[in-house]
Amino acid sequence: MTQPKVELRGVKKSFGSKVVLDGVDLVLGNGESLVVIGGSGTGKSVMIKCVLGILRPDAGQIFVDGEEVTDLHGRARDHMLKQFGMLFQGAALFDSLPVWENVAFGLIQGHGVKRKQARDIAIEKLAKVGLSADVAMLSPAELSGGMQKRVGLARAIAADPKVIFFDEPTTGLDPIMADVINDLIISTVEDLGVSTLSITHDMASARKIADRIAMLYRGKIIWQGATEQIDQSGNPYVEQFIHGRAEGPIQMELRR
Amino acid sequence: MSAVLEFVAASGAITLAAFEQVGRLWLFTWRSIFALFRPPYYWRLMGQQILRIGYYSLPVVGLTAFFTGGVLALQIYIGSDRYGAEAFVPQIVVLGITRELGPVIAGLMVAGRVAAAIAAEIGTMRVTEQIDALTTLSTNPIRYLVVPRLIAAVITMPILVAIADSIGVLGGYVVATTTLNFNGSVYLKNSIDFVTNEDIYSGLIKAAVFGFIIALMGCYSGFNSKGGAQGVGTATTNAVVAASILILAANYLLTSLLFVR
Ligand SMILES: Nc1ncnc2c1ncn2[C@@H]1O[C@H](COP(=O)(O)OP(=O)(O)O)[C@@H](O)[C@H]1O
Ligand SMILES: [Mg+2]
Repeated sequence: MTQPKVELRGVKKSFGSKVVLDGVDLVLGNGESLVVIGGSGTGKSVMIKCVLGILRPDAGQIFVDGEEVTDLHGRARDHMLKQFGMLFQGAALFDSLPVWENVAFGLIQGHGVKRKQARDIAIEKLAKVGLSADVAMLSPAELSGGMQKRVGLARAIAADPKVIFFDEPTTGLDPIMADVINDLIISTVEDLGVSTLSITHDMASARKIADRIAMLYRGKIIWQGATEQIDQSGNPYVEQFIHGRAEGPIQMELRR
Repeated sequence: MSAVLEFVAASGAITLAAFEQVGRLWLFTWRSIFALFRPPYYWRLMGQQILRIGYYSLPVVGLTAFFTGGVLALQIYIGSDRYGAEAFVPQIVVLGITRELGPVIAGLMVAGRVAAAIAAEIGTMRVTEQIDALTTLSTNPIRYLVVPRLIAAVITMPILVAIADSIGVLGGYVVATTTLNFNGSVYLKNSIDFVTNEDIYSGLIKAAVFGFIIALMGCYSGFNSKGGAQGVGTATTNAVVAASILILAANYLLTSLLFVR
Protein backbone atom coordinates (compact mmCIF):
# COMPACT_ATOMS: atom_id res chain seq x y z
CA MET A 1 0.00 0.00 0.00
CA THR A 2 1.27 3.46 -0.83
CA GLN A 3 2.05 6.00 1.86
CA PRO A 4 -1.02 8.08 2.77
CA LYS A 5 -0.54 11.84 2.65
CA VAL A 6 -2.39 12.52 5.87
CA GLU A 7 -3.66 10.05 8.41
CA LEU A 8 -5.72 10.48 11.57
CA ARG A 9 -5.71 7.69 14.15
CA GLY A 10 -8.16 7.70 17.00
CA VAL A 11 -8.26 11.49 17.22
CA LYS A 12 -10.32 12.77 20.14
CA LYS A 13 -11.23 16.29 21.09
CA SER A 14 -13.61 17.63 23.73
CA PHE A 15 -14.47 21.12 24.84
CA GLY A 16 -15.26 20.96 28.53
CA SER A 17 -17.75 18.13 28.92
CA LYS A 18 -18.78 18.30 25.27
CA VAL A 19 -17.22 15.51 23.24
CA VAL A 20 -16.76 16.64 19.65
CA LEU A 21 -14.37 14.11 18.14
CA ASP A 22 -14.56 10.65 19.64
CA GLY A 23 -11.87 8.65 17.91
CA VAL A 24 -11.68 9.69 14.26
CA ASP A 25 -9.79 7.37 11.92
CA LEU A 26 -9.31 8.74 8.44
CA VAL A 27 -6.79 8.44 5.60
CA LEU A 28 -6.18 10.97 2.85
CA GLY A 29 -4.34 9.29 0.00
CA ASN A 30 -1.76 10.94 -2.23
CA GLY A 31 -3.46 12.94 -4.98
CA GLU A 32 -6.85 12.01 -3.65
CA SER A 33 -9.87 14.25 -3.28
CA LEU A 34 -11.66 13.25 -0.11
CA VAL A 35 -14.86 14.86 1.08
CA VAL A 36 -16.09 14.54 4.65
CA ILE A 37 -19.80 15.15 5.04
CA GLY A 38 -21.72 15.68 8.23
CA GLY A 39 -24.29 17.95 9.81
CA SER A 40 -23.56 21.38 11.19
CA GLY A 41 -21.74 21.27 14.48
CA THR A 42 -20.57 17.66 14.13
CA GLY A 43 -16.95 18.72 14.42
CA LYS A 44 -15.82 18.82 10.80
CA SER A 45 -13.97 22.09 11.26
CA VAL A 46 -12.54 20.91 14.56
CA MET A 47 -11.14 17.84 12.78
CA ILE A 48 -9.31 19.93 10.20
CA LYS A 49 -8.02 22.31 12.86
CA CYS A 50 -6.57 19.36 14.76
CA VAL A 51 -4.61 18.32 11.69
CA LEU A 52 -3.29 21.84 11.17
CA GLY A 53 -2.38 22.19 14.84
CA ILE A 54 -4.74 25.10 15.45
CA LEU A 55 -6.34 22.85 18.04
CA ARG A 56 -4.52 20.18 20.07
CA PRO A 57 -6.23 16.78 20.03
CA ASP A 58 -6.85 15.30 23.49
CA ALA A 59 -5.85 11.86 22.25
CA GLY A 60 -4.89 10.07 19.07
CA GLN A 61 -2.23 10.66 16.46
CA ILE A 62 -1.89 12.55 13.20
CA PHE A 63 0.60 11.62 10.50
CA VAL A 64 1.76 13.53 7.44
CA ASP A 65 3.75 11.48 4.93
CA GLY A 66 4.00 8.77 7.58
CA GLU A 67 5.59 11.06 10.16
CA GLU A 68 3.81 11.89 13.34
CA VAL A 69 3.00 15.60 13.62
CA THR A 70 0.56 15.53 16.53
CA ASP A 71 2.78 17.40 18.97
CA LEU A 72 4.85 19.50 16.60
CA HIS A 73 5.12 23.12 17.54
CA GLY A 74 7.13 26.24 16.81
CA ARG A 75 9.40 26.15 13.77
CA ALA A 76 8.77 22.47 13.06
CA ARG A 77 5.02 23.09 12.90
CA ASP A 78 5.52 26.14 10.65
CA HIS A 79 7.67 24.04 8.38
CA MET A 80 5.04 21.32 8.17
CA LEU A 81 2.32 23.90 7.46
CA LYS A 82 4.22 25.17 4.43
CA GLN A 83 2.89 22.23 2.45
CA PHE A 84 -0.70 22.91 3.51
CA GLY A 85 -3.21 25.37 2.13
CA MET A 86 -6.50 26.10 3.77
CA LEU A 87 -9.67 27.75 2.56
CA PHE A 88 -11.68 28.84 5.59
CA GLN A 89 -15.44 28.68 5.86
CA GLY A 90 -15.85 32.47 5.89
CA ALA A 91 -12.72 32.96 3.75
CA ALA A 92 -11.02 34.56 6.80
CA LEU A 93 -9.31 37.21 4.70
CA PHE A 94 -7.26 39.79 6.60
CA ASP A 95 -9.42 42.87 6.38
CA SER A 96 -6.54 45.19 7.22
CA LEU A 97 -4.67 44.19 4.05
CA PRO A 98 -5.51 44.63 0.37
CA VAL A 99 -6.48 41.57 -1.66
CA TRP A 100 -3.05 41.03 -3.23
CA GLU A 101 -1.33 41.11 0.16
CA ASN A 102 -3.81 38.56 1.46
CA VAL A 103 -2.89 36.23 -1.36
CA ALA A 104 0.82 36.95 -0.99
CA PHE A 105 0.80 36.72 2.82
CA GLY A 106 2.19 33.21 3.11
CA LEU A 107 4.83 33.92 0.47
CA ILE A 108 6.05 37.09 2.20
CA GLN A 109 5.85 35.93 5.82
CA GLY A 110 6.37 32.20 5.57
CA HIS A 111 8.62 31.80 2.53
CA GLY A 112 10.53 35.09 2.64
CA VAL A 113 9.62 36.15 -0.90
CA LYS A 114 10.22 39.86 -1.64
CA ARG A 115 7.08 41.98 -1.70
CA LYS A 116 7.37 43.00 -5.35
CA GLN A 117 7.84 39.46 -6.55
CA ALA A 118 5.14 38.15 -4.19
CA ARG A 119 2.76 40.68 -5.67
CA ASP A 120 3.33 39.39 -9.19
CA ILE A 121 2.72 35.85 -8.01
CA ALA A 122 -0.44 37.00 -6.21
CA ILE A 123 -1.81 38.57 -9.39
CA GLU A 124 -1.03 35.41 -11.31
CA LYS A 125 -2.86 33.28 -8.69
CA LEU A 126 -5.80 35.67 -8.74
CA ALA A 127 -6.01 35.17 -12.50
CA LYS A 128 -6.12 31.40 -11.87
CA VAL A 129 -9.29 31.83 -9.83
CA GLY A 130 -10.79 34.15 -12.41
CA LEU A 131 -10.11 37.51 -10.79
CA SER A 132 -8.54 40.38 -12.69
CA ALA A 133 -5.57 42.45 -11.55
CA ASP A 134 -7.69 45.44 -10.57
CA VAL A 135 -9.26 43.39 -7.78
CA ALA A 136 -5.78 43.12 -6.27
CA MET A 137 -5.82 46.63 -4.85
CA LEU A 138 -9.29 46.39 -3.30
CA SER A 139 -9.90 45.67 0.34
CA PRO A 140 -11.59 42.32 1.14
CA ALA A 141 -14.62 44.14 2.56
CA GLU A 142 -15.37 45.49 -0.92
CA LEU A 143 -15.83 41.99 -2.36
CA SER A 144 -18.91 39.79 -2.58
CA GLY A 145 -19.01 36.45 -0.73
CA GLY A 146 -18.18 34.50 -3.88
CA MET A 147 -15.24 36.75 -4.70
CA GLN A 148 -13.96 36.46 -1.13
CA LYS A 149 -14.03 32.68 -1.48
CA ARG A 150 -12.03 32.96 -4.67
CA VAL A 151 -9.46 35.18 -2.99
CA GLY A 152 -9.34 32.67 -0.16
CA LEU A 153 -8.71 29.95 -2.73
CA ALA A 154 -5.98 32.02 -4.37
CA ARG A 155 -4.38 32.49 -0.94
CA ALA A 156 -4.61 28.75 -0.25
CA ILE A 157 -2.79 27.85 -3.48
CA ALA A 158 -0.33 30.78 -3.48
CA ALA A 159 2.59 28.93 -1.96
CA ASP A 160 2.10 25.78 -4.09
CA PRO A 161 0.93 23.49 -1.29
CA LYS A 162 0.81 19.70 -1.46
CA VAL A 163 -2.41 19.42 0.51
CA ILE A 164 -5.38 21.76 0.50
CA PHE A 165 -8.23 21.76 3.00
CA PHE A 166 -11.54 23.27 2.03
CA ASP A 167 -13.90 24.14 4.86
CA GLU A 168 -17.42 24.34 3.43
CA PRO A 169 -16.27 25.98 0.20
CA THR A 170 -19.80 26.43 -1.17
CA THR A 171 -21.77 27.27 1.97
CA GLY A 172 -23.52 30.61 1.78
CA LEU A 173 -23.14 30.97 -1.99
CA ASP A 174 -25.89 30.92 -4.61
CA PRO A 175 -26.08 27.63 -6.56
CA ILE A 176 -24.37 29.03 -9.63
CA MET A 177 -21.49 30.59 -7.72
CA ALA A 178 -21.27 27.35 -5.72
CA ASP A 179 -20.78 25.43 -8.93
CA VAL A 180 -18.20 27.93 -10.16
CA ILE A 181 -16.26 27.31 -6.95
CA ASN A 182 -16.62 23.55 -7.42
CA ASP A 183 -15.16 23.83 -10.91
CA LEU A 184 -12.35 25.99 -9.63
CA ILE A 185 -11.53 23.44 -6.98
CA ILE A 186 -11.49 20.64 -9.52
CA SER A 187 -9.32 22.54 -11.98
CA THR A 188 -6.81 23.73 -9.37
CA VAL A 189 -6.54 20.23 -8.00
CA GLU A 190 -5.87 18.89 -11.48
CA ASP A 191 -3.35 21.62 -12.25
CA LEU A 192 -1.41 21.27 -9.03
CA GLY A 193 -1.78 17.52 -8.50
CA VAL A 194 -2.50 18.07 -4.82
CA SER A 195 -4.40 16.01 -2.26
CA THR A 196 -7.50 17.70 -0.94
CA LEU A 197 -9.71 17.22 2.06
CA SER A 198 -12.98 19.08 1.83
CA ILE A 199 -15.73 19.25 4.37
CA THR A 200 -19.23 20.16 3.45
CA HIS A 201 -22.88 19.44 3.95
CA ASP A 202 -23.62 20.36 0.34
CA MET A 203 -24.21 16.97 -1.35
CA ALA A 204 -24.14 18.41 -4.88
CA SER A 205 -20.69 19.81 -4.19
CA ALA A 206 -19.54 16.58 -2.52
CA ARG A 207 -20.59 14.43 -5.47
CA LYS A 208 -18.89 16.75 -7.89
CA ILE A 209 -15.47 17.16 -6.29
CA ALA A 210 -14.98 13.90 -4.38
CA ASP A 211 -13.14 10.74 -5.33
CA ARG A 212 -14.17 9.33 -2.01
CA ILE A 213 -16.67 10.40 0.64
CA ALA A 214 -16.64 9.82 4.39
CA MET A 215 -19.36 10.69 6.83
CA LEU A 216 -18.71 12.11 10.30
CA TYR A 217 -21.39 11.55 12.92
CA ARG A 218 -21.18 11.79 16.69
CA GLY A 219 -17.43 12.21 16.60
CA LYS A 220 -16.70 9.14 14.48
CA ILE A 221 -16.40 8.27 10.80
CA ILE A 222 -19.44 6.04 10.38
CA TRP A 223 -19.14 5.32 6.67
CA GLN A 224 -16.69 5.81 3.85
CA GLY A 225 -16.55 4.75 0.24
CA ALA A 226 -16.12 5.81 -3.36
CA THR A 227 -18.40 8.61 -4.54
CA GLU A 228 -20.28 6.25 -6.87
CA GLN A 229 -21.15 3.99 -3.94
CA ILE A 230 -22.81 6.61 -1.81
CA ASP A 231 -26.28 5.87 -3.17
CA GLN A 232 -25.86 2.20 -2.28
CA SER A 233 -24.23 2.76 1.09
CA GLY A 234 -26.82 0.68 2.92
CA ASN A 235 -26.17 2.92 5.88
CA PRO A 236 -29.35 4.49 7.26
CA TYR A 237 -27.47 7.55 8.56
CA VAL A 238 -25.88 8.23 5.19
CA GLU A 239 -29.20 7.66 3.41
CA GLN A 240 -30.96 10.11 5.65
CA PHE A 241 -28.21 12.70 5.20
CA ILE A 242 -27.88 12.53 1.43
CA HIS A 243 -31.62 12.72 0.96
CA GLY A 244 -32.00 15.42 3.56
CA ARG A 245 -34.85 13.80 5.49
CA ALA A 246 -35.98 15.06 8.85
CA GLU A 247 -36.99 11.52 9.91
CA GLY A 248 -34.43 8.84 10.47
CA PRO A 249 -31.77 7.65 12.88
CA ILE A 250 -30.05 11.05 13.03
CA GLN A 251 -31.76 13.08 15.69
CA MET A 252 -31.12 16.78 15.36
CA GLU A 253 -29.86 18.13 18.62
CA LEU A 254 -32.21 21.03 18.97
CA ARG A 255 -31.09 21.61 22.52
CA ARG A 256 -27.48 21.97 23.47
CA MET B 1 -28.04 21.88 54.77
CA SER B 2 -28.32 21.36 51.04
CA ALA B 3 -28.51 25.12 50.59
CA VAL B 4 -25.16 25.35 52.35
CA LEU B 5 -23.70 22.65 50.14
CA GLU B 6 -25.03 24.39 47.08
CA PHE B 7 -23.45 27.60 48.21
CA VAL B 8 -20.13 25.90 48.80
CA ALA B 9 -20.32 24.19 45.42
CA ALA B 10 -21.23 27.40 43.66
CA SER B 11 -18.48 29.44 45.29
CA GLY B 12 -16.07 26.61 44.59
CA ALA B 13 -16.99 26.69 40.92
CA ILE B 14 -16.56 30.46 40.82
CA THR B 15 -13.18 30.21 42.53
CA LEU B 16 -12.05 27.55 40.07
CA ALA B 17 -13.19 29.65 37.13
CA ALA B 18 -11.33 32.63 38.54
CA PHE B 19 -8.15 30.60 38.95
CA GLU B 20 -8.54 29.31 35.43
CA GLN B 21 -8.80 32.86 34.11
CA VAL B 22 -5.74 33.96 36.04
CA GLY B 23 -3.84 30.93 34.82
CA ARG B 24 -4.75 31.63 31.21
CA LEU B 25 -3.78 35.28 31.49
CA TRP B 26 -0.49 34.26 33.07
CA LEU B 27 0.26 31.83 30.27
CA PHE B 28 -0.64 34.40 27.65
CA THR B 29 1.60 36.97 29.33
CA TRP B 30 4.57 34.62 29.37
CA ARG B 31 4.11 33.59 25.78
CA SER B 32 3.95 37.25 24.80
CA ILE B 33 7.05 38.19 26.77
CA PHE B 34 8.87 35.20 25.32
CA ALA B 35 7.89 36.29 21.81
CA LEU B 36 9.15 39.82 22.53
CA PHE B 37 12.69 38.52 22.46
CA ARG B 38 12.50 36.39 19.37
CA PRO B 39 12.50 37.49 15.75
CA PRO B 40 10.89 38.00 13.32
CA TYR B 41 9.78 41.52 14.23
CA TYR B 42 7.14 43.25 12.20
CA TRP B 43 8.46 46.81 12.05
CA ARG B 44 5.77 48.12 9.71
CA LEU B 45 3.04 46.94 12.06
CA MET B 46 4.88 48.43 15.00
CA GLY B 47 5.04 51.80 13.26
CA GLN B 48 1.32 51.64 12.52
CA GLN B 49 0.56 50.83 16.12
CA ILE B 50 2.75 53.64 17.46
CA LEU B 51 0.71 56.00 15.33
CA ARG B 52 -2.60 54.53 16.44
CA ILE B 53 -1.83 54.14 20.11
CA GLY B 54 0.28 57.24 20.59
CA TYR B 55 -0.46 59.92 18.07
CA TYR B 56 -4.21 59.56 17.94
CA SER B 57 -4.45 59.50 21.74
CA LEU B 58 -2.82 62.93 22.03
CA PRO B 59 -6.00 65.05 21.93
CA VAL B 60 -7.82 62.99 24.58
CA VAL B 61 -4.83 62.78 26.87
CA GLY B 62 -3.97 66.45 26.41
CA LEU B 63 -7.47 67.69 27.19
CA THR B 64 -7.95 65.52 30.26
CA ALA B 65 -4.51 66.48 31.58
CA PHE B 66 -5.27 70.17 31.12
CA PHE B 67 -8.51 70.05 33.07
CA THR B 68 -7.01 67.82 35.74
CA GLY B 69 -4.14 70.25 36.32
CA GLY B 70 -6.62 73.11 36.46
CA VAL B 71 -8.95 71.51 38.96
CA LEU B 72 -6.01 70.38 41.07
CA ALA B 73 -4.77 73.98 41.38
CA LEU B 74 -8.24 75.14 42.32
CA GLN B 75 -8.81 72.46 44.96
CA ILE B 76 -5.41 72.87 46.56
CA TYR B 77 -5.90 76.59 46.72
CA ILE B 78 -9.30 76.25 48.36
CA GLY B 79 -8.10 73.50 50.71
CA SER B 80 -4.84 75.11 51.81
CA ASP B 81 -6.63 78.42 52.36
CA ARG B 82 -7.57 77.06 55.79
CA TYR B 83 -3.90 76.92 56.81
CA GLY B 84 -2.81 79.97 54.92
CA ALA B 85 -0.66 77.72 52.73
CA GLU B 86 -1.94 78.94 49.35
CA ALA B 87 1.57 79.66 48.17
CA PHE B 88 2.27 75.95 47.79
CA VAL B 89 -0.18 75.45 44.93
CA PRO B 90 2.50 75.20 42.18
CA GLN B 91 4.59 72.68 44.12
CA ILE B 92 1.69 70.42 44.96
CA VAL B 93 0.25 70.57 41.46
CA VAL B 94 3.52 69.61 39.80
CA LEU B 95 4.09 66.81 42.28
CA GLY B 96 0.57 65.44 41.94
CA ILE B 97 0.66 65.59 38.18
CA THR B 98 4.07 64.05 37.56
CA ARG B 99 3.89 61.38 40.21
CA GLU B 100 0.26 60.27 40.07
CA LEU B 101 -2.31 62.05 38.00
CA GLY B 102 -0.38 62.37 34.75
CA PRO B 103 0.28 58.65 34.38
CA VAL B 104 -3.02 57.51 35.89
CA ILE B 105 -5.28 59.83 33.90
CA ALA B 106 -3.39 59.15 30.68
CA GLY B 107 -3.40 55.43 31.48
CA LEU B 108 -7.15 55.32 32.03
CA MET B 109 -7.93 57.39 28.95
CA VAL B 110 -5.68 55.29 26.74
CA ALA B 111 -7.16 52.14 28.30
CA GLY B 112 -10.61 53.29 27.22
CA ARG B 113 -9.47 54.17 23.75
CA VAL B 114 -6.79 51.67 22.89
CA ALA B 115 -7.53 48.54 24.92
CA ALA B 116 -11.06 48.64 23.49
CA ALA B 117 -9.86 49.13 19.94
CA ILE B 118 -7.28 46.35 20.21
CA ALA B 119 -9.80 43.92 21.76
CA ALA B 120 -12.39 44.69 19.10
CA GLU B 121 -9.94 44.27 16.24
CA ILE B 122 -8.31 41.08 17.50
CA GLY B 123 -11.64 39.72 18.73
CA THR B 124 -13.11 40.12 15.26
CA MET B 125 -10.05 38.42 13.80
CA ARG B 126 -10.61 35.56 16.24
CA VAL B 127 -14.28 34.98 15.48
CA THR B 128 -13.78 35.30 11.72
CA GLU B 129 -10.92 32.74 11.87
CA GLN B 130 -8.32 35.26 10.72
CA ILE B 131 -6.10 34.25 13.63
CA ASP B 132 -6.34 30.60 12.59
CA ALA B 133 -5.51 31.71 9.06
CA LEU B 134 -2.32 33.36 10.33
CA THR B 135 -1.25 30.07 11.87
CA THR B 136 -1.85 28.14 8.65
CA LEU B 137 0.25 30.72 6.80
CA SER B 138 3.21 29.89 9.08
CA THR B 139 2.88 33.13 11.02
CA ASN B 140 2.80 33.12 14.81
CA PRO B 141 -0.25 35.20 15.81
CA ILE B 142 1.38 36.31 19.06
CA ARG B 143 4.42 37.61 17.24
CA TYR B 144 2.37 39.18 14.47
CA LEU B 145 -0.44 40.72 16.52
CA VAL B 146 0.59 40.99 20.16
CA VAL B 147 4.27 41.93 20.06
CA PRO B 148 3.91 45.05 17.85
CA ARG B 149 1.11 46.35 20.06
CA LEU B 150 2.98 45.65 23.28
CA ILE B 151 6.14 47.37 22.10
CA ALA B 152 4.25 50.30 20.62
CA ALA B 153 2.28 50.84 23.84
CA VAL B 154 5.34 50.56 26.08
CA ILE B 155 7.23 53.08 23.93
CA THR B 156 4.43 55.58 23.43
CA MET B 157 2.86 55.72 26.87
CA PRO B 158 5.87 57.43 28.54
CA ILE B 159 5.93 59.98 25.71
CA LEU B 160 2.21 60.59 26.11
CA VAL B 161 2.63 60.98 29.85
CA ALA B 162 5.54 63.40 29.46
CA ILE B 163 3.25 65.51 27.30
CA ALA B 164 0.37 65.07 29.74
CA ASP B 165 2.65 66.23 32.60
CA SER B 166 3.51 69.42 30.76
CA ILE B 167 -0.07 70.12 29.79
CA GLY B 168 -1.28 69.31 33.30
CA VAL B 169 1.14 71.82 34.82
CA LEU B 170 0.02 74.29 32.17
CA GLY B 171 -3.59 73.72 33.22
CA GLY B 172 -2.66 74.53 36.82
CA TYR B 173 -0.72 77.56 35.64
CA VAL B 174 -3.64 78.91 33.62
CA VAL B 175 -6.08 78.55 36.51
CA ALA B 176 -3.61 79.95 39.05
CA THR B 177 -2.70 83.00 37.02
CA THR B 178 -6.15 83.83 35.69
CA THR B 179 -8.38 83.21 38.73
CA LEU B 180 -6.12 82.81 41.77
CA ASN B 181 -3.92 85.89 41.31
CA PHE B 182 -0.61 84.06 41.04
CA ASN B 183 2.28 85.71 39.29
CA GLY B 184 3.03 83.66 36.18
CA SER B 185 6.82 83.59 36.29
CA VAL B 186 6.90 82.92 40.03
CA TYR B 187 4.42 80.05 39.56
CA LEU B 188 6.54 78.44 36.87
CA LYS B 189 9.79 78.98 38.77
CA ASN B 190 8.33 77.39 41.89
CA SER B 191 7.08 74.41 39.87
CA ILE B 192 10.35 73.81 38.10
CA ASP B 193 12.55 74.32 41.14
CA PHE B 194 10.49 71.97 43.21
CA VAL B 195 10.05 69.00 40.91
CA THR B 196 12.90 66.47 40.89
CA ASN B 197 14.04 64.12 38.17
CA GLU B 198 12.87 61.27 40.33
CA ASP B 199 9.31 62.60 40.34
CA ILE B 200 9.28 62.66 36.57
CA TYR B 201 11.03 59.34 36.00
CA SER B 202 8.77 57.53 38.43
CA GLY B 203 5.77 58.75 36.45
CA LEU B 204 7.33 57.64 33.19
CA ILE B 205 8.12 54.20 34.58
CA LYS B 206 4.51 53.90 35.63
CA ALA B 207 3.48 54.96 32.13
CA ALA B 208 5.50 52.19 30.52
CA VAL B 209 3.94 49.61 32.85
CA PHE B 210 0.45 50.95 32.12
CA GLY B 211 1.17 50.76 28.40
CA PHE B 212 2.10 47.11 28.79
CA ILE B 213 -1.11 46.43 30.75
CA ILE B 214 -3.30 48.20 28.18
CA ALA B 215 -1.91 46.36 25.17
CA LEU B 216 -1.78 43.04 27.00
CA MET B 217 -5.39 43.18 28.20
CA GLY B 218 -6.64 44.32 24.80
CA CYS B 219 -4.84 41.45 23.09
CA TYR B 220 -5.76 38.86 25.71
CA SER B 221 -9.47 39.69 25.65
CA GLY B 222 -9.45 39.75 21.87
CA PHE B 223 -7.69 36.40 21.60
CA ASN B 224 -10.16 34.79 23.97
CA SER B 225 -13.36 36.19 22.53
CA LYS B 226 -15.97 33.64 21.52
CA GLY B 227 -19.09 33.61 19.45
CA GLY B 228 -19.98 36.41 17.11
CA ALA B 229 -20.53 40.14 17.45
CA GLN B 230 -21.75 39.76 21.01
CA GLY B 231 -18.60 37.93 22.03
CA VAL B 232 -16.47 40.70 20.56
CA GLY B 233 -18.55 43.26 22.45
CA THR B 234 -17.99 41.41 25.71
CA ALA B 235 -14.28 41.14 24.99
CA THR B 236 -14.08 44.88 24.41
CA THR B 237 -15.79 45.69 27.69
CA ASN B 238 -13.67 43.19 29.56
CA ALA B 239 -10.49 44.63 28.13
CA VAL B 240 -11.28 48.16 29.29
CA VAL B 241 -12.49 47.11 32.73
CA ALA B 242 -9.59 44.76 33.37
CA ALA B 243 -7.00 47.23 32.06
CA SER B 244 -8.41 50.05 34.21
CA ILE B 245 -8.48 47.97 37.38
CA LEU B 246 -5.00 46.61 36.77
CA ILE B 247 -3.68 50.10 36.09
CA LEU B 248 -5.00 51.39 39.42
CA ALA B 249 -3.71 48.34 41.29
CA ALA B 250 -0.33 48.55 39.59
CA ASN B 251 -0.22 52.26 40.36
CA TYR B 252 -0.54 51.58 44.06
CA LEU B 253 2.07 48.88 43.91
CA LEU B 254 4.50 51.04 41.94
CA THR B 255 4.02 54.01 44.24
CA SER B 256 4.85 51.88 47.23
CA LEU B 257 7.89 50.42 45.46
CA LEU B 258 9.19 53.71 44.07
CA PHE B 259 8.54 56.08 46.94
CA VAL B 260 8.24 54.23 50.21
CA ARG B 261 11.65 53.56 51.65
N1 LIG C 1 -12.71 26.67 20.21
C1 LIG C 1 -13.84 26.06 20.62
N2 LIG C 1 -14.23 26.12 21.90
C2 LIG C 1 -15.34 25.50 22.33
N3 LIG C 1 -16.16 24.80 21.54
C3 LIG C 1 -15.85 24.71 20.24
C4 LIG C 1 -14.68 25.33 19.70
N4 LIG C 1 -14.61 25.06 18.37
C5 LIG C 1 -15.71 24.31 18.11
N5 LIG C 1 -16.45 24.08 19.20
C6 LIG C 1 -17.67 23.28 19.28
O1 LIG C 1 -17.44 22.07 18.61
C7 LIG C 1 -18.58 21.69 17.86
C8 LIG C 1 -18.19 21.37 16.44
O2 LIG C 1 -17.82 22.56 15.80
P1 LIG C 1 -17.39 22.60 14.27
O3 LIG C 1 -16.23 21.69 14.05
O4 LIG C 1 -17.16 24.03 13.94
O5 LIG C 1 -18.66 22.06 13.50
P2 LIG C 1 -18.86 21.89 11.94
O6 LIG C 1 -19.00 20.44 11.71
O7 LIG C 1 -20.13 22.62 11.61
O8 LIG C 1 -17.68 22.48 11.27
C9 LIG C 1 -19.58 22.81 17.99
O9 LIG C 1 -20.57 22.42 18.89
C10 LIG C 1 -18.80 23.96 18.55
O10 LIG C 1 -19.60 24.71 19.42
MG1 LIG D 1 -17.44 24.23 10.29
